[in-house]
Amino acid sequence: MSGHARPAPAAVAATVLVLGLSGCAGWGGGPTGGGPDTINVLMVNNPQMEDLQQLTAEHFTAETGITVNYTVLPENDVRDKISQEFSSQAGQYDVATLSNFEIPIYARSEWIAPLDEYVEADPEFDQDDVLAPLTASLSGDDGRLYGEPFYGESSFLMYRADVLEAAGIEMPANPTWQEVADIAAAVDGAEPGMAGICLRGQPGWGQVFAPLTTVVNTFGGTWFTEDWEPQVDSPEFRDAVQFYVDLVREHGETGAPQAGFTECLNNVVQGNAAMWYDATSAAGSLEAEDSPVKGLMGYAPAPVVETDSAGWLYAWSWAVQQASTKKDAAWEFVSWASSAGYEELVGAELGWSRVPAGKRASTYGNPDYLAEASAFAEPTLAAIEAADPDDPGVQPRPAPGIQFLGIPEFPDLATQVSQDVSSAIAGQMTVDEALARGQDLAEDVAERYRERASG
Amino acid sequence: MSSVTDVGPVAATRTPEGEPRAPRKPRSGALLGVLAWLIGILFVVPVLWMVLTSFHSEEDAATNPPSLFAPLTLEGYRSFFGIGTGANPWPSLANSLTASVVSTVIVLLLAIPAAYALSIRPVRKWTDVLFFFLSTRMLPVVAGLLPIYLFAQVSGLLDNIWLLIVLYTAMNLPIAVWMMRSFLAEVPVEILEAASMDGAGLLLTLRRVVAPIVLPGIAATSLICFIFSWNELLLARTLTGTVAQTAPVYLTGFVTSQGLFLAQVCAAAFVVSLPVLIAGFAAQDKLVQGLSLGAVK
Repeated sequence: MSGHARPAPAAVAATVLVLGLSGCAGWGGGPTGGGPDTINVLMVNNPQMEDLQQLTAEHFTAETGITVNYTVLPENDVRDKISQEFSSQAGQYDVATLSNFEIPIYARSEWIAPLDEYVEADPEFDQDDVLAPLTASLSGDDGRLYGEPFYGESSFLMYRADVLEAAGIEMPANPTWQEVADIAAAVDGAEPGMAGICLRGQPGWGQVFAPLTTVVNTFGGTWFTEDWEPQVDSPEFRDAVQFYVDLVREHGETGAPQAGFTECLNNVVQGNAAMWYDATSAAGSLEAEDSPVKGLMGYAPAPVVETDSAGWLYAWSWAVQQASTKKDAAWEFVSWASSAGYEELVGAELGWSRVPAGKRASTYGNPDYLAEASAFAEPTLAAIEAADPDDPGVQPRPAPGIQFLGIPEFPDLATQVSQDVSSAIAGQMTVDEALARGQDLAEDVAERYRERASG
Repeated sequence: MSSVTDVGPVAATRTPEGEPRAPRKPRSGALLGVLAWLIGILFVVPVLWMVLTSFHSEEDAATNPPSLFAPLTLEGYRSFFGIGTGANPWPSLANSLTASVVSTVIVLLLAIPAAYALSIRPVRKWTDVLFFFLSTRMLPVVAGLLPIYLFAQVSGLLDNIWLLIVLYTAMNLPIAVWMMRSFLAEVPVEILEAASMDGAGLLLTLRRVVAPIVLPGIAATSLICFIFSWNELLLARTLTGTVAQTAPVYLTGFVTSQGLFLAQVCAAAFVVSLPVLIAGFAAQDKLVQGLSLGAVK
């Protein structure tokens, strides 16, 4: 019988083929994959990072000999993966994009490496050129620096100057929220299908609660008092949320409960919204070469009520994992990507509207950049410089942060509350109901901190 | 042995053969035909929509109401293949292919003997064994994710394609055993008895008698295993990094929270689903036989 055995079935042939292939090509490998001059970078998929990926081989690897392997993931996935990677100190990635929300928290856990020594040894990098609020918000409790910004942003009010002018309305130099609501009512429907204002309504701590927390701050509200009393159902917090929900329901975009940054950007670009309160980094897209609203926009500071300024502060930044064995190469990469030289490279190669701005004072003195970004450069710089994460409202806070509170529990808490706020925007729930549930959730968080403080 | 053929869900529905089905009335037949077409179109439209969107520019893909007749462009495909962006899809595609093909082959090598022992020559308490196999699928994958991650980290298997191969094998084995068991249960006892009376040994019986009958079943099983491994995202996203990244993880990288991405993602999704489509078409005739093997007899 065995004498007649025919060649093994195709299955076995396939195994041999694939095993052979995988052996030759070297797929797979341990966490320390790559040579000493290779670093692994885990980053969020934002347009600025795509540009970086495009420029790396020719302008970084060619000069330094350091190969950079990128893993690019959407924001929520990248946060999950980074926290999993860094909390276990797996050492797979040398550098990751973290924001000024995570960096102080990660620094406390010693998951990321302090960068002071590298900064001191590298005068060319010029840390003093980095905007002071960013350096402060990327430092740990110990005062050491743990991250370098890639691009920074605050928030401001973007509006269609042409539409307001046609309606005979002038945007105040420092608008209040009530003035903005009045303007939204006046320009609602100014053009067919045009909403008065676009505001995020999509659930998520980084979606609806980014702009909404700044509104809460300036209405005099806060998530917690300094000694951890939850304030989610306080009159100030309630008034702010009620105002926001009413405004977006009455004069906001269609599909508001699902609208996030991207949806609002589309709405404004397509002429479906006359105003938009969101990140200053959006202005680059609105003023891009192929944007239909290029040159039509005006920019005003974040609307206020009780505070002098209300803009947030956010920076996607580079942090180096403590477990990395290639920290020197990692710093080479970080100092290149965060340098003024890299901004000039992007300006020359890809266009000045794509520069990862909002982090260095020198950017705003660069005539090439100003020629492209004159409409929004000054308001952006003013908004970032006015941002004070340590004192964003009218009362002392238990932790720093403007559009967030810098505690690990905040994403969970705010995301849960945001789902109810989003329901309120959809009209399925009242603001009072949403915030009553939010207060219970906040109480759970606060209780833990109070116990820790007293114990 | 006869108990085997009686127990299978297949055997229970056995009907007298050779009796032509009574012809339906033309009107109800036409109605059913229309209904079938409607349901078919309903299922295909999203896929066609994805293909169409993949050929649009990002701006046209994002409009509301959708612009059906916008000019076509290959921009989405260019960015998928990394032309001018510095990204490279080939390692991810190669990783997916390796993980899917190798794990499918291992699954078949393990599942066919197991299924044989559960149907043609059933071991004692074979129903318990079968249930045990299925029970391994009852734990949600996500519940095992943390232990698997920690194990991989300690054993240095993070970002290693062999870890995914082992996991995909474990993930698909129970399904393959169940499928192969029902296919093997279809082999008529009489044929096996006849073969044994003619003096055929085990190997010859397997090769000359059993294999031809269950070949469509093997094709169907391997395609299912291939599809499940090819499309797996949760484990791949958690356990791989820069080296062993698979195609679905690469695909999700096109989603961004700042800016437009729909056309790119559609192009990426279309390219990533192509291998499965091709495998499906290539094995179509075997597949139809295989999938209907358990249904009408």
